[in-house]
Amino acid sequence: MLFSRFLYHFGRYLIMMGTGLARPEKGHMYYKETMRQMNDIGIGSLIIVGLISIFIGAVTAVQFAYQLDGTLVPQYYIGYIVRDSTIIELAPTITCLVLAGKVGSNIAAEIGGMRQKEHIDAMEIMGVNTSGYLVMPKVVASIVVIPMLVALAAFISIIGGYAASVPTGLLSHVEFVQGVRSFFVERNIMLMFIKSVVFALILTSVPAYQDIT
Amino acid sequence: MIRAENLFKTFDDHEVIRGISSEFLKGKTNLIIGRSGAGKTVLLKLLVGLISPTSGSVWYDNVDFFSLDKKQKRFIRMKVGMLFQASALFDSMTVEENIRFPLDMFTNMTKKEKLSRVDYCLDRVNLPGINKKYPSEISGGMQKRVGIARAIVMQPEYLFCDEPNSGLDPKTAIVIDELIRSITLENNITTVINTHDMNSVMEIGDNIILIHEGVIAWRGDKAEVLRSDNQILQNFIFASPFLQHLREAALERQNELTLRMDKK
Repeated sequence: MLFSRFLYHFGRYLIMMGTGLARPEKGHMYYKETMRQMNDIGIGSLIIVGLISIFIGAVTAVQFAYQLDGTLVPQYYIGYIVRDSTIIELAPTITCLVLAGKVGSNIAAEIGGMRQKEHIDAMEIMGVNTSGYLVMPKVVASIVVIPMLVALAAFISIIGGYAASVPTGLLSHVEFVQGVRSFFVERNIMLMFIKSVVFALILTSVPAYQDIT
Repeated sequence: MIRAENLFKTFDDHEVIRGISSEFLKGKTNLIIGRSGAGKTVLLKLLVGLISPTSGSVWYDNVDFFSLDKKQKRFIRMKVGMLFQASALFDSMTVEENIRFPLDMFTNMTKKEKLSRVDYCLDRVNLPGINKKYPSEISGGMQKRVGIARAIVMQPEYLFCDEPNSGLDPKTAIVIDELIRSITLENNITTVINTHDMNSVMEIGDNIILIHEGVIAWRGDKAEVLRSDNQILQNFIFASPFLQHLREAALERQNELTLRMDKK
């Protein structure tokens, strides 16, 4: 029963996404809407993402400094741990969790409100492809903007780690920088972006599906 | 002309529309009336193609709408205008942007041409100069008129109105009715109005169908409403004692006039 319901919704979700990919009626209208969404999702989320990222970095640094205290592990590892945990996991996951709450609920409220006020019916009667015009600009905007936000979150987290550990004397400036520059694996950056693109796709298309169908 | 042929619509196990067949005539204001829950809105949504029938067909002139593919449906829809119960104006856009939206989306007109078309439509609904206002800054009656302006901006051949008078005072309701009627006559379009406003029935009802429990209980025009002895129609139109009294008075007056004419 549960599985058949999953298949039913997954099928409808795919149909919605497929319909949304149809050729736009007027490209410049879609472009305008995509730019508006980029502003809403990107600029609108800067403060909350920045704030949370500072604390992610700071907490990671303080926590590891506490755990490594009195062990034989070199202190500069704190910088290395902050960098990698942020890039691999914390920046994409926590940022996208926060954005799922903020952007996801915004999208659900916007499309749900349009459904309730018959805006979607009005567009359909005009002949507008509503899945295309209402969903795709949001998906495209988030796929472009959310990886940028995640990259920014990773950067701010590392700054947060620095701010929590160097001025408080947990480790020196040189140690932190040495840690941040050690054992760097470029592939991790790619992983961060892949994760953020997948999360971006899910966190915009699922709320849109819930309301538009 | 729009023709509904043996339409049925079922939601789960509940049959809302049960075999409705009717013609909605060109150049006339066609009214769908009935009590709340009778199936009027479902019928209107079936006619406009927002929902698909369980069985039956809807014909736009000689085209079976539900047999068309998406592209062909879009082509028909470009000939359709609709006024919604709550106007359905986009809150984040100005009046001008709302009216211009279908032009922006579907035409290759220049900005100047679009603006002149918007101005013409606003003039037509007697609202010149409110281009830059937002829907929240204008009254309900004005919103309805902007809704009409948006519905006619693409010069539709078919105009649908879902309860155009709901939430309006009687005077404004008359203005909206007259506007819809004059637009219908001017452009010789097929207008279908879903209403339970008795003023509309008596003023602009060229072709009326009464829906009761998903079937057509009565059909006729505004002149036949008073004379009809259909009990469902009478219970619906003259629901209050005051309206019944008015009807009796009107019939008495009519009889008197007929007698006088006979004597002469």
